[in-house]
Amino acid sequence: MGTTWPGQGKGVIAVRVGVPRTLSYFSFYPLWKALFEGVGAEVVVSPPSNKELMDAGVRETVNDACVPIKLYHGHVEALKDKVDILFLPRLVSLDGKVTLCPKFLGLPDMVRYSIAGLPELIDLRLDLKKGRHELYRFLYRVGRRFTGNRARIAAAIRAARYNIQRYRKLLLQGLTPEEAFSLLENGHAANRREKGAGIKLAVLGYPYALYDDYVSVRLLEKLRLQGVDVVTPDMVAEPALRRMGKSLPKNLFWYYSNRVVWACLYYLRDYSVDGIIHVTAFGCGPDAMTNKLIELEAKHSRQVPFMTVTIDEHTGEAGVETRVEAFVDLLKRKKGLL
Amino acid sequence: MKISFPYMGNSHIAIGYWLEELGHEVIYPPVPSKKTLSLGVQHAPEFACLPFKILLGTYLEAIEAGADTLASSGGFGPCRAGYYGELHKRILHDLGHSVRLIILEPPLMAPFNFCKNIYNLVRPQSSWLNCYRKFRITWEKLRALDTAEDRLHQLRPYVLDRRALTQAYEKALDYIREARTMPQVREAVQAGLAGMESLPSDKSRNPLKIGLIGEIYVVLEPFANHDIEKILGDMGVLVHRSIFITNWTRDNALVNRERDIRSRAIPYLNQLVGGHGQNSVGEVVRYAEHGFDGVVQLAPFTCIPEIVAKSIMPAISADKGIPVLTLFLDEQTGRAGIETRLEAFVDLLQQRRSQREVS
Ligand code: SF4
Ligand code: SF4
Repeated sequence: MGTTWPGQGKGVIAVRVGVPRTLSYFSFYPLWKALFEGVGAEVVVSPPSNKELMDAGVRETVNDACVPIKLYHGHVEALKDKVDILFLPRLVSLDGKVTLCPKFLGLPDMVRYSIAGLPELIDLRLDLKKGRHELYRFLYRVGRRFTGNRARIAAAIRAARYNIQRYRKLLLQGLTPEEAFSLLENGHAANRREKGAGIKLAVLGYPYALYDDYVSVRLLEKLRLQGVDVVTPDMVAEPALRRMGKSLPKNLFWYYSNRVVWACLYYLRDYSVDGIIHVTAFGCGPDAMTNKLIELEAKHSRQVPFMTVTIDEHTGEAGVETRVEAFVDLLKRKKGLL
Repeated sequence: MKISFPYMGNSHIAIGYWLEELGHEVIYPPVPSKKTLSLGVQHAPEFACLPFKILLGTYLEAIEAGADTLASSGGFGPCRAGYYGELHKRILHDLGHSVRLIILEPPLMAPFNFCKNIYNLVRPQSSWLNCYRKFRITWEKLRALDTAEDRLHQLRPYVLDRRALTQAYEKALDYIREARTMPQVREAVQAGLAGMESLPSDKSRNPLKIGLIGEIYVVLEPFANHDIEKILGDMGVLVHRSIFITNWTRDNALVNRERDIRSRAIPYLNQLVGGHGQNSVGEVVRYAEHGFDGVVQLAPFTCIPEIVAKSIMPAISADKGIPVLTLFLDEQTGRAGIETRLEAFVDLLQQRRSQREVS
């Protein structure tokens, strides 16, 4: 702990911290980035997911793991020789109530015993069940790895929290993570999309499946090109989500899955949504439950058309595209738009 | 109320007894079979774990046999098992079956719900005192079943006539089933064990020792694991199973006595990951320390905690010098495939042993 580095903070040789561009990246990158930069480290992000990363991940992991976990291993593989420290936090609970999927809980150990030649790891545990100030303590502990200067860490944490709040607001407004990142960094938004004139679809799934263009085979983009107004779980405000959670007899036990279910309930009550697409990864354990649950909710509440897109290592873009197009056409026809 | 409940190993003998004593009509669904599984597969989500599918199939068969109430256990994660009941209920209702599901949540985590459900089970036709008395006998029976089963697997590699042993074991089960009071249960175990132990055996054998670990349901339910303990026992291997119902319910439902195993897991996996994930890791270490020749890990396909455990296995296996064979089971797994892999594994262990004896 508290390793110090020559030239630290003077901008001479900054420590390079590797952040894999997957899993929690889409929920937390602005937080990590501001924190690391605040304590004088240089942030290195792995390249956007692609076939090579996927193949590397498949080589390193047990073949029964789900696609996102395999991909994560690929990202680690891509980063390990380029950085001094790898940031692989153990995310246990993000809302103080439920945990994340058990694979997140065991992730640092899975990586450590599967990939050889890793640099120093930051695998600190973030478990908000331990109390409200746990996030601060976690960030502080991370900061201590880079500098002993408390004031500096505190300032970095403040900046990081400010950054993540702005980021969440942008997501609520309907920006994609990449758009929001560039807005936060360069100060100007990518060209705003006009609202689709046709139909509105709720596309539900975990951030690391929806927003990773390789995993989701650019599903969101394609839908928008077809003139579909797309809404996702990240566009529902926190209090509204939690209210939905109270209306279920029993909630699931995993953070991201709950958000998908609650967003589904939210959009089912919002009569402007014409259909629901659930994006799920091959071999995902929690989604076996999540998917069935929301499918039945959609069926029973007001017969909203529902489609599941399962993505595996070999999903062809074409296959998904045809199915989604057919689904959209069906909805358009139903609405008298075609 | 015509009540039914899922199978897990031999536990139905004891649980059925308890429910009957509470005055319910107990429907015993057929023992899980290929048909059960395919019924379950048909209506369950594709990536649901194997236990979910077998249970769903069992429920459907129980409903067909006339059950109007189903009892099962709940939970609160982090693994999927805790949500089984809720989702089973939704699926069954969606299929148009108006059954009632009584899902017993862990008493420490949902006291109100637990009490309500117990009330629903007990009060209609029985008294609390009766419930308590009968529960003690039920518990004794569960322990008796575990004892008998444990002894069966300890004896199998030594006895000369394995078929006679199986018969003696079945007789022991019958004794336990028939017992009605505490002393009777104790007598039943004694008699059963005596019957099994009196068979001629060859104690000079030094069988390979294999530890059996993994997800509880597939470890306990012979239908799910293709009776792996018998397969191994018939190959002359001494199988030690890490999980028994009575130590499981005791450990998880009332007090925590698993510290010991957990502490062994911590160097490799310092985090509870649900199910038996962390235990599996700790148990491999423990088996290695106790001089076992190998470990077989059983897990349903897509089982989250066991996948985490499996990714760590190679490291433990190398550190501690103990081979681990992981078998992921799903509806396509055939008995023949399992047998072949087990044979190869046993051969490997045999070789390792003879090499060690030579050097
Ligand atoms: S939630 Fe599903 S996709 Fe995500 S890590 Fe867990 S199993 Fe994999
Ligand atoms: S431990 Fe495995 S089999 Fe059991 S509920 Fe969890 S994923 Fe399913």
